[in-house]
Amino acid sequence: MKLQRKSGLRALTVGAVAVTGALVLTACGSDNNSDNSSSSSSSPSSSSSGSSSNASSISCAKGQILSSGSTAQQNAIEAWVKNYQQACQGATINYKPSSSGQGVIDFNQGTDAFAGSDSPLAADEITSSKKVCSGGEGIDLPMVGGPIAIGYNLPGVSNLVLDAPTLAKIFNSKITTWNDPAIKKLNPGASLPSTKIQTVHRQDDSGTTDNLTKYLGGAAKADWPYPHAKAWAGKGGQAVAQSSGVASLVKQTEGSIGYFELSYATADSIPTVKIATGAPQPVEATTANASNGIAQAKVVGTGSDLALDLSAAYTTKAPNAYPIVLTTYEIVCDKGNKADTLPLTKSFLNYIASADGQSALTSAGYAPIPDAIISKVRSTISALS
Amino acid sequence: MTSTAPSTAPPPTAPPRKARTVTRPGDRIFAGMSTGSGVLLLVVMAAIAVFLTVRAVHAIAKDHGNFLTTFEWNAALTPPKFGVAVLAYGTAVSSIIAMVIAVPIAVGIALFITHYAPRKVGGAIAFVVDLLAAVPSIIYGLWGALFLVPHLSGLNLWLDKYFGWTVIFDKSDPNSSPRSLFTVGILLAIMILPIITNVSREVIRQVPRMHQEAALALGATRWEVIRMSVLPFARSGIISASMLGLGRALGETMAVATVLSANSELSAHLLDIGGGTFSQNIVAKFGEATDFGRDALIASGLVLFVITLVVNGAARVIIARRKEYSGANA
Repeated sequence: MKLQRKSGLRALTVGAVAVTGALVLTACGSDNNSDNSSSSSSSPSSSSSGSSSNASSISCAKGQILSSGSTAQQNAIEAWVKNYQQACQGATINYKPSSSGQGVIDFNQGTDAFAGSDSPLAADEITSSKKVCSGGEGIDLPMVGGPIAIGYNLPGVSNLVLDAPTLAKIFNSKITTWNDPAIKKLNPGASLPSTKIQTVHRQDDSGTTDNLTKYLGGAAKADWPYPHAKAWAGKGGQAVAQSSGVASLVKQTEGSIGYFELSYATADSIPTVKIATGAPQPVEATTANASNGIAQAKVVGTGSDLALDLSAAYTTKAPNAYPIVLTTYEIVCDKGNKADTLPLTKSFLNYIASADGQSALTSAGYAPIPDAIISKVRSTISALS
Repeated sequence: MTSTAPSTAPPPTAPPRKARTVTRPGDRIFAGMSTGSGVLLLVVMAAIAVFLTVRAVHAIAKDHGNFLTTFEWNAALTPPKFGVAVLAYGTAVSSIIAMVIAVPIAVGIALFITHYAPRKVGGAIAFVVDLLAAVPSIIYGLWGALFLVPHLSGLNLWLDKYFGWTVIFDKSDPNSSPRSLFTVGILLAIMILPIITNVSREVIRQVPRMHQEAALALGATRWEVIRMSVLPFARSGIISASMLGLGRALGETMAVATVLSANSELSAHLLDIGGGTFSQNIVAKFGEATDFGRDALIASGLVLFVITLVVNGAARVIIARRKEYSGANA
């Protein structure tokens, strides 16, 4: 008990810092945005390709572009921007990590050259994007994949295996102790304690929650009766702000279980649950396995829109295909991108969709988009105008 | 006098002109500025009200739950379903807890500073209370999350054990973390303490010396002086002070967002995890909100705005009823 309390304390610090941080970031951002958008038009928009570039996949363009959106792909974009700007003199790409919602709002107000989002554009958002994209509309390009790891803290138990119905019951407080028969059945060898399960979920609305609940609803409909949403709907458990907050609360609280992007599990060395999907072996949350999961996805966007439907991934029984995955998108205009930002936008998107760009994802804890889909993304980018 | 005497030619018209007040440019500028300030205040309030109403009406029209009685807040669903029941309850409960704790303590501090403490000690305490008011709310939030929450487990268990029969102090899961509305109430109490103390202190200072000396002369003890002459005189001022504090408690954001583990359940068990407040909900939902989601959050802001208006109105009524004790009649 004592231990637990002390640890809750430390975990909360991170949560508290995260809340503040998020607010500060959001607050600072919007000023920049409007400022820069007016000044960016003054910068010359000559697209001189083929300057001294050390990476073969980058064909450089000059200028300055603004973008904003999802924090889930922040680390990926930062790595890409660093690589791109190192290779290309005179190119500035400014990605403001605010939130998917803010990204779409910025994009539809015409301040962003592209936006990052955890979820594809909704129908009414596409309609309002037509005002910004003269003659075209906003489209979704899947660029970053990732596994959502289920982290747990159960000393003495490694290689915990759970399946979708059990997870749904745990997160809905239908299963409340670690030695529940359902968990025992999946982990015949493990010595499970009789302690209470402490579930941890996001307090703030989040694309991670949205994607996890899509999975729970898709793979265990009977046990997860709620529609998928960015707001947490399950019963019980503690709420804490930001993925970092969830990760540290799990890290510090014995008997807890929570969800976050894989990179947080790696950084805090939190063990993650292997998912029994019906494949010969339970599947571990790794970037490669997540790519295998995403490979099951179908493109459901119409026209040049490449929005993905991941529901086939949630129920996949393919070996080594991790089912709890999310993809984040870059949103651009298919036609009618601003003339002064188009060359750089196109060049940058070309790079991140390239083999080099995608392989840079793995080291940041993300999963590359599978070949079949990314090749469609590439051809869509080359047709942007 | 005599020097102006020669110009006696227009005596019938001159005196009335002189009787009128002289207006110099300074007067006109100052009158204009102060009128402008007054009007500006009204314009700002009207602008806030209009902004909130216009955006809120748009959102509420599309709400598929009952805006006032729905528990959950899910504006991103299709169809959207959101309501302020839990938020209104949480805001009210945490503020009431804060007031119950803070008002007696604040009045006590104010009386100690003005009536009991030696002058030097009183000055030092007043200074410390002022400092408390200058601490930013996020610092209170961090302190609450890092220090208060882990140290409240004991109090929670004690309350649960001995006062669990009152239902409100019944903790459903004794082992759960004390990130509850009760903890938020305690934190808010500390945050509003300096406001109530400072205003009460000033009001108590205004109590006429004569009243107190008269009471002493009649043989009253110090406590009787305070009860019979100080508190009745200062009551309306203390109520105003409490309302100022309540205003801060109702709207407090960061401290609540860091301490409370929010959910959309409405529970009479104050020690249980969960609940939410208006401002906390706005912080949690604003980041990922779409345009429509923001309108919905603004609608919840409108409710808080109305609640604040009602509370302030109620305070005015109370003060007006006790006018016989106010400073104007002293």
